[in-house]
Amino acid sequence: MEKIIDIQHLSKTFGTNEVLKDINFSVNKGEVVSIIGSSGSGKSTLLRCINLLEKPTGGKIFFKGEDILDDKHDIRAYRAKLGMVFQHFNLFNNHDVLSNCMVGQIKVLKRSKEEAREVAMKYLKVVEMEKFIHAKPHQLSGGQKQRVAIARALSMDPEVMLFDEPTSALDPEMVGEVLKVMKELAGLGLTMLVVTHEMGFAREVSDRVVFMDKGVIAEEGTPEEIFNNPKLERTREFLKRTLEQN
Amino acid sequence: MEFDIIVKTVTKYWPMFIRGAGVTLLISIIGTIIGSIIGLLIGVIRTIPMPERGFRKIILKVINTILSIYVEVFRGTPMIVQAMVIYYGSKQALDIDMTPLLAGIFIVSINTGAYMAEIVRGGIISIDKGQFEAAHAIGMSHIQTMLNVVLPQVIRNILPATGNEFVINIKDTSVLNVIAVTELFFQTKSVAGINYRYFEAFFVASVIYFVMTYTVTRILRYIERKIDGPENYILYANQMQVETPEDALMREQKYKGSI
Repeated sequence: MEKIIDIQHLSKTFGTNEVLKDINFSVNKGEVVSIIGSSGSGKSTLLRCINLLEKPTGGKIFFKGEDILDDKHDIRAYRAKLGMVFQHFNLFNNHDVLSNCMVGQIKVLKRSKEEAREVAMKYLKVVEMEKFIHAKPHQLSGGQKQRVAIARALSMDPEVMLFDEPTSALDPEMVGEVLKVMKELAGLGLTMLVVTHEMGFAREVSDRVVFMDKGVIAEEGTPEEIFNNPKLERTREFLKRTLEQN
Repeated sequence: MEFDIIVKTVTKYWPMFIRGAGVTLLISIIGTIIGSIIGLLIGVIRTIPMPERGFRKIILKVINTILSIYVEVFRGTPMIVQAMVIYYGSKQALDIDMTPLLAGIFIVSINTGAYMAEIVRGGIISIDKGQFEAAHAIGMSHIQTMLNVVLPQVIRNILPATGNEFVINIKDTSVLNVIAVTELFFQTKSVAGINYRYFEAFFVASVIYFVMTYTVTRILRYIERKIDGPENYILYANQMQVETPEDALMREQKYKGSI
């Protein structure tokens, strides 16, 4: 299988705080990988290091075999190939729904307005937000915002989608609509890397689950391995704690 | 009676008042616009993320220092003194002969620029970090992020402060009479000098100043509301496929108005 993202010995420190320690990890094309773990375990930081919103302190990241931490590498072109969905949506407040999905295509990918519009509409239909194209972000609910944010990321035709706790900031009744969209995307064969607290989603949808604890990848495997027969005591404890809460 | 004299002053000298008010408005409008552009440029430059090392870091540091000095100097000295220094200084030291009007516009512009730079910087800082991150994650450069995402929001947010600056400029252009700019204060002084009726002439001037500042404030408030748009997005079911939400909203408002 083709490795689309390959991370070797990645580390990240904030001051004296070591958030990521010697992470080795890869994502194959078409794979859906969920990263789980308690808060502060470094899972969001790992995701943010992958698209360089945080600059790694050490180690290497390869995207399709290219070293993206190399000084000569075009960071912006690389970022355009990764779709990022944030916990707090981060829709552009000054743009309406349609233009949120178009502005990146026009400015970064240099697509024509017509083409950008067509692509945006295609993905807004996927997330069922095509009726709201002229709404501004402040007029939408959390779930709607997140679905638009997903459409915005998809409009860039990314090779990998990164989800940073996409449902954590949502009211419980809105979590379902976002997860439903994400399941559909997984079904389409998109490469997805999902940091999540939704154990149901991780178990049902992902091909592989990664459990992070205290800045290291403690355990990884298929959902059955992780959820049914975790090897480590701390994995077992974490799962027990989280599943009890739900 | 004073009232008679006020009326007489107005009927006799109104062209002078109007001309003065016109110059005042001209200087403050152009000064506020140029000042805002200066402020936006400085704001953008001062928020460029510092590179970790290299030549670009040194250049950026030098530019930032120069900009800080500009802001501090022009905020820390009175405009009336700046007017004297720049107008006479440019004549004596640099041999540039500016007309008083041009000098006035120049002084108000750079003075406003210094204040706006700080207002814009505050506006940029107050924009949620997520907006920058989302733009960067899509692959936008700093300039693209600023132009397409951040500055439109900053401009909306600093509109009240800009309006404030505009109102201050309308009033503060009166100090330009020291370099003989024929703005409203200067004209009023001339009128008063003709018949030695200071109270009446300046009473008229105060009314004109107030009308100008009040109108400007109202217009800006209207623009703010226009930009903000409606709170809710109204979604109509299938009957009207061709209707845009804006049309629908207008139709609804009309409907409400007709009840």
